[in-house]
Amino acid sequence: MISTLLTDLGYEFAQNALIAGTIAAILGAIVGYFVVIRDSGFAAHALAHIGFAGAAGAAILGLSPLEGMLLLTTGSGVFMGFTGDKVHRRDMAIGVVLSMSLGLGTLFLSFYSGFAGQARAILFGDILGVSDVQIREMTVLALLSLAALACFSRRLLFASTQPRLAEARGLSLQALSIAFMVVLAISVTLASQIVGILLVFTLVIAPPGIALRFCRSFWAGMIASVILGVIGTWAGILLGFITNRPVTFWIPLLFFVLYLLTEGYSRIFLRSER
Amino acid sequence: MSAALLISDLGVSFGETTVLSGVNAEIRAGEFIGVFGPNGAGKTTLMRCLLGTLRPSQGTISIFGQGPVKASREIGYMPQGNVGFESTALSARALVHAAWRGEKWGVPWSTRESRAEVDRVLEITQASTYADRPFSVLSGGERQRVMLAQALLGQPKMLVLDEPLASLDPKNQALLIECIAEVKRAMNATILFVAHDMNPLLHVMDRVFYIAGGGALLGNIDQVVNSESLSHLYKFPIDVVRAHDRVFIVSREGNVTEAACCD
Repeated sequence: MISTLLTDLGYEFAQNALIAGTIAAILGAIVGYFVVIRDSGFAAHALAHIGFAGAAGAAILGLSPLEGMLLLTTGSGVFMGFTGDKVHRRDMAIGVVLSMSLGLGTLFLSFYSGFAGQARAILFGDILGVSDVQIREMTVLALLSLAALACFSRRLLFASTQPRLAEARGLSLQALSIAFMVVLAISVTLASQIVGILLVFTLVIAPPGIALRFCRSFWAGMIASVILGVIGTWAGILLGFITNRPVTFWIPLLFFVLYLLTEGYSRIFLRSER
Repeated sequence: MSAALLISDLGVSFGETTVLSGVNAEIRAGEFIGVFGPNGAGKTTLMRCLLGTLRPSQGTISIFGQGPVKASREIGYMPQGNVGFESTALSARALVHAAWRGEKWGVPWSTRESRAEVDRVLEITQASTYADRPFSVLSGGERQRVMLAQALLGQPKMLVLDEPLASLDPKNQALLIECIAEVKRAMNATILFVAHDMNPLLHVMDRVFYIAGGGALLGNIDQVVNSESLSHLYKFPIDVVRAHDRVFIVSREGNVTEAACCD
């Protein structure tokens, strides 16, 4: 078993999988931390679904699925940020837009000959098929997003924890919301390269969500989130190699187990604190 | 003493609806002002004007000689209502820390200076003992002390406290008022305390700022809180009843406390 693993790791596809997984996990964990404290997990989920149409329709415009998805998610992200909390928390509106995007994606996919294969890759990820070009694209995008986030993370943390106070100190909640949604759109797109659009939740929400259940300070939570995200992704990929079962089964499973453990821990522990 | 807050001929309208008009007030530095009025009278609207998040339709506001936007760093603000975080373990200290110079660009590093400032304000409101526990497990009274500590960051000269007593039981209301009076003595800050009921504040406040019927009245308790003045302000017959050293404001018709109707 170990020797198969070592042989596998000698291949480029395996190394690329680990590199791409690490990039998506780090970005997802950091950006996801803000998603969790801003309580906008639904927006993250919605962006991924909207991206489906972009990924599927990219070929029509001569773009790669990554580029197509990025275009649509950042566009929608700006729109969501612009309209503020009121719209992206409105279940009805978001539900209609989501279904429309998925429907459009299905239409675009029907133009391909390998319909089922393409759909599967977009919906559930294609971590074993990550190319060197994709790695380069992902690295650049992740670095850009993190650099942007570093510039406004102090304001974002303030506005996310105390919106009314932040407003009173002259911060524009809308501008921050737009900037954050763009960064979120990029992280969602990168995460979907690894786990597919249906499972973006596992890389963007699960690690920070778990970290925030037991970490009391901002930095402890952030660091724990990144460590959990990276370890979970590596473990999932390696388990995928060893068992020859989908990576997108293993990564969510690991986070599911971790979530159950944290939930149990925090129930017992937080109750005793009361 | 110099004026901490000068409001002249302030008016606020949203489209066709006029919320406030012709509001004048001069508040001296170091005064404890109780801000009262029925629901929807414009208390929060006035506070938003002071904080610079709402531009008045007419009139001017001067806070320590500056406009509201420039003066925002002189004001410590305690918003109404509660922050969420029910499902996270983020500590009270982390929340206060996030507000320390939160309007700056860059990364929210934790520095020796920021930690010292957070310790200082938590000490003043006596919230240090539970500051490291998750905010979500704190009681209502404890949470309000944490929010009050946050308002003290950066040693503001004026505190705007928007209904800090809401959702507290009488015992915790009294404790919080004591704490705020203590803070005032220690920092000599000017305090605008918005509340629904004036009775808990009778012994600590210097003057009353009463908002109703689209206008406002500032003065000593006896000057403002009497049947004649309030009826004039409400444009509606109001009775002020005093019993057991307490004040009750009731509508003359219908026997309703805190008459809400006035238009």
